Amino acid sequence: MAKITLDHIRHSYLPKPTRPSDYALKEVHHIWADGGAYALLGPSGCGKTTLLNIISGLITPSEGRILFDGEDVTHLPTEARNIAQVFQFPVVYDTMTVRQNLAFPLKNRRLPRDVIDKRVERVLNMLQITHLADRKAASLTADLKQNISLGRGMVREDVGAILLDEPLTVIDPHQKWQLREQLKRMHGEFGHTMVYVTHDQTEALTFADTVVVMTEGEVVQVGTPEELFLRPKHTFVGYFIGSPGMNVIPATLEGASARVGADLVSLPGGAVAPAGARIEIGVRPEFVELGGEGLPFQVTRVDDVGRERIVHGTLAGTPVSAILAEGEPLPAEPRARFKPDGINIYADSWRIEVTP
Amino acid sequence: MKTQNNRAWFLVLPVLLLVAMNAIIPLMTVVNYSLQETFGDNLFFWSGTANYEAVLSSERFHYALIRQFAYTFIILAIEIPLGVAIALAMPRSGGWASLCLVLMALPLLIPWNVVGAMWNIFALPDIGLLGYGLNWLGFDYNYTNQPLSAWFTIVLMDVWHWTSLVVLLAYAGLRSIDDAFYRAARIDGASRWAVFRYIQLPKMRQVLIIAVLLRFIDSFMIYTEPFVLTGGGPGNATTLLSIDLVKAALGEFNLGVAAAMSIIYFLMTLFVCWLFYTLMTQEDAKAEMRR
Repeated sequence: MAKITLDHIRHSYLPKPTRPSDYALKEVHHIWADGGAYALLGPSGCGKTTLLNIISGLITPSEGRILFDGEDVTHLPTEARNIAQVFQFPVVYDTMTVRQNLAFPLKNRRLPRDVIDKRVERVLNMLQITHLADRKAASLTADLKQNISLGRGMVREDVGAILLDEPLTVIDPHQKWQLREQLKRMHGEFGHTMVYVTHDQTEALTFADTVVVMTEGEVVQVGTPEELFLRPKHTFVGYFIGSPGMNVIPATLEGASARVGADLVSLPGGAVAPAGARIEIGVRPEFVELGGEGLPFQVTRVDDVGRERIVHGTLAGTPVSAILAEGEPLPAEPRARFKPDGINIYADSWRIEVTP
Repeated sequence: MKTQNNRAWFLVLPVLLLVAMNAIIPLMTVVNYSLQETFGDNLFFWSGTANYEAVLSSERFHYALIRQFAYTFIILAIEIPLGVAIALAMPRSGGWASLCLVLMALPLLIPWNVVGAMWNIFALPDIGLLGYGLNWLGFDYNYTNQPLSAWFTIVLMDVWHWTSLVVLLAYAGLRSIDDAFYRAARIDGASRWAVFRYIQLPKMRQVLIIAVLLRFIDSFMIYTEPFVLTGGGPGNATTLLSIDLVKAALGEFNLGVAAAMSIIYFLMTLFVCWLFYTLMTQEDAKAEMRR
């Protein structure tokens, strides 16, 4: 088990980076706690795989250091780093049985036979695949193969961190849930530090205690799923997380209210924005109430998604969506009101604090 | 309520005619010859299985068959491991990889009788680079009158000519292995040997079976190169099956016996191909069933 320290890491694939845009990964400086479950979340090309490869030792960062439990491993190769990895598609040794697959990392490290047997048995039990132990690994389904990939990391006691690189990509939808539950359970049982890379917000939010949201090579927010939902630090986080994403509406600040178009919206408190900054207010559809008062709202489309209805429309010329609980009527000429708790204020896309 | 239109069969007629002309009819002619005795003047007499019995009980055929199997076994035992080893040593990408591939493909592009003629001169003890060089090094080497030298030369020639094929197939198999497998093996602490044994070899299995099959059939039917190089000699030392067959058919004009030999020869090749095919598909079917 290990604490992972990312010490001012930057990486560029160019030999001599000069401008900030030359960096595929802009500065990352974080400490990841031992035994934590972390998710790296972002669209493709956001740098999350680069960061994962830096942790696994496939890439040496252009700048900065990476430490496992305080020990500098920046220049150590993968095999010397005590990490395990589950890849996008299942990697198993085809000619071996499930048991032999799980024993392989221990055999290579020349552990005594009885120790190997004991640990393999334990992992087989944990993964609930004891009945498959003597089957050829090649004959199993993709989700079971992913279980074995994971198991090959779990058998080793020296593993500090388990890296999961979009491990559910090739799994059938109805098995995704199961496998994710399995991952969480294994995390609870063994307590390895886990780093889960994905572009799927549901996977990230349900798996991780801490989600690292990235875009364009930059970490925009590190937080719990709740923080990402209620207090997105950047409008990107607001868009990217949530379904549908956060409404971002241009506004101007007037004391404890914001002017949207011709109307005033009252804020939970006052905020001080830097002079000349572009001000927007962000409200998740969950906090938009449609009723008889508030700002005029022109409905353009209603999507019924079963448990609730998503109402799309425009508000002061900006597209805005709202969520209506099932059974709640949609007024003929609705007006929108924002719940004060759900309002965040952004200056040049970054969130600014509101003081009551 | 299906409308049947049997005229569609006419569409396969050209292929059928082609196959009939170049495969079925000649084969049936051979079957015809093998069951009869001829004394010229287009006189044929039914002889039943006499020709087959004569071939199967003749010592000459037995020795040719043993030589043939020995030859095929030796070249497979050399070319397959050597081909895999070369493929493993080749660079995985970049300009050098292309250069290696071109160099590897060169021997495959040379016509077979040219290969025989090249090696004929190359191995001459008095003027050939190989023959002269070996003698200069102190080996008593002369492929025209020593059976061992002759065998050494035809095996070396085949290895030179055909190992490339195994290399190209094995290389294609290696290139199809995703990088994640190598990374997983590094994480699992696998040695170089373990990577070969548990990743590269299993992933190359299919192409290696094809390589063995192709090299088996080709070497089993080999004629041109040893014929040009040694003509089957010295004595009968390098008289492989096909050379023996041509001797019987065209040298001695023993049509019935030669035809019976052809059929036996053909059935052996067919049997081995069937064996390989069954082994290959059985493994796939098993994998399919387990799924």
